[in-house]
Amino acid sequence: MSNVPPVPTLTIGRIREGLRRKEFSAVDVATATLEFAERENPKTNAYLTFSSERALEAANRVDDQIANGEHLGELAGVPLGVKDVIVTKGLRTTCGSHILEHYIPPYDATAVIRLEEEGAIVIGKLNCDEFAMGSSNENSAFGPVRNPAALDRVPGGSSGGSAAAVAQGTCVVSLGSDTGGSIRQPASFCGVVGVTPTYGRVSRYGLAAFASSLDHIGPFGRNVEDAATVLKVMAGRDELDSTSAFATVDDYGPLMKQDIKGLKVGLPKEYFAGLSADTDAIIRAATKKLEDLGCQVNEISLPHTKYAVACYYIICTAEASSNLARYDGVRYTLRSDSDTLSEMYRNTRGAGFGAEVKRRIMLGTYVLSAGYYDAYYLKAQKVRSLIAQDFANAFERVDAIVAPVSPFPAFKIGEKIEDPMSMYLSDIYTITGDLSGVPCMSVPCGQSPDGLPVGLQVFARHFDESTMFRLAWNFEQAMKS
Amino acid sequence: MKLTTEEVRYVADLANLRLTDEEVVRMSHDLGQILTYVEELSEINTEQVAPMAQVLYEADETATLREDRPREPLNNRQALENAAVSGAGYYKVPKVIER
Repeated sequence: MSNVPPVPTLTIGRIREGLRRKEFSAVDVATATLEFAERENPKTNAYLTFSSERALEAANRVDDQIANGEHLGELAGVPLGVKDVIVTKGLRTTCGSHILEHYIPPYDATAVIRLEEEGAIVIGKLNCDEFAMGSSNENSAFGPVRNPAALDRVPGGSSGGSAAAVAQGTCVVSLGSDTGGSIRQPASFCGVVGVTPTYGRVSRYGLAAFASSLDHIGPFGRNVEDAATVLKVMAGRDELDSTSAFATVDDYGPLMKQDIKGLKVGLPKEYFAGLSADTDAIIRAATKKLEDLGCQVNEISLPHTKYAVACYYIICTAEASSNLARYDGVRYTLRSDSDTLSEMYRNTRGAGFGAEVKRRIMLGTYVLSAGYYDAYYLKAQKVRSLIAQDFANAFERVDAIVAPVSPFPAFKIGEKIEDPMSMYLSDIYTITGDLSGVPCMSVPCGQSPDGLPVGLQVFARHFDESTMFRLAWNFEQAMKS
Repeated sequence: MKLTTEEVRYVADLANLRLTDEEVVRMSHDLGQILTYVEELSEINTEQVAPMAQVLYEADETATLREDRPREPLNNRQALENAAVSGAGYYKVPKVIER
């Protein structure tokens, strides 16, 4: 028996302390986590693949470093789950799709390399909506993920497995990706912290492209500090992604622990229309708490919010239709045999993609097709400017914006899957962050009367993750008392 | 906004996507519904607005240039490892040119 505390209670800080005091080894933590995860996974279906061999090798390296008295990385011995749209060398990466069911990437994503260099232990690959397209994780070719807080409900999506695993305790932190809310919405539904950093903050190299101008990699954790630590380690310029930013990465740890007295916080009135009564009450109570902590909370307006869903579903599908053209039966494992090349393309893609991916490829192809480009794609790009300008205007007056993440808590599996439009509308409050590129996150702020988690969304200025974390950390501490 | 099944088949052709007859019918309904919803964008006057293709930040014009030094590429074996069908160091596809 090892002396590892119950796996779901582990944090980055607890692991660091335990390794330093030699209470347990990194191999003990990795073994205990893998055992727990493999036993508990059938309840939620969060993991698609476990990587025991890779995990134990990495844990052994950490233990060798300890034995030799070497410097330990910031994430030494920390069990990490990785969303299955982020490539891992030699470790199957499916993107939740039949078309990549047997794909073994020949390289690692930059984010994964940076985390492993700091001692993180990759436990496995996490389920998600196919190619990150969805808001419920029901679009995975490998079955839906169930919400650990209520197993008959969705965990949100598309990073449903990443949120569910952290909530269930089958990893300590995880990576997700966010294009229209795919980190914040599942974090809110599962009751964990999920962060969408500033666009360009984290390299997208090795993230299977869905909508390149909107795609972000971001962390999940059971507390703000853990998520911020993961972000800090993987953030920063990477010459393999020309859109990755040069901006300095702050030391979030000490900065987030400063108080928030006098912080100017905006409450966008457009985010309270169409909100369920329970969620409304919980968000109002959270803003009251922020006032008690000394924030100046004032109502603001982000006037183009109502156009965000329409704008988003034109831009993301247009980009997706182009990005997914590469899955053609030549380079990526699956092929449906045919006599001619063009029949082979068509049959492979028809057989390999699921319903939602096909819908988005079709919509994207349509809006980009001759005669429609100006009316749809160009128009949407102009509206995107207006939505980004809304945020720029607001941030002249406030330091942070808080809002709900989702109009309602986790819904039942099967409830919305037959109605794509109602599924799309559930992303109304998260899409704006991706369109404008500002950093945003979800931090748990309460539960509905039937026990479903609700998250508070926090937005800050471009590259000002420090202020976002400071507000979220102070709020999290206040929620504990 | 309505999308006929002929239009759906035409777009599927552009997208290199084989759809079953049931999928075509379903797609005509779903795409019609979504295209009707996005019509609300026409309410906004965007004549004076520049399109936003990407999130941009202040940086030197040459900021994204890097030193020109070789990097180890994937080798032939690695590049072909995930090929559906390969042989003699190449991807193999159905015959495109008739003799």
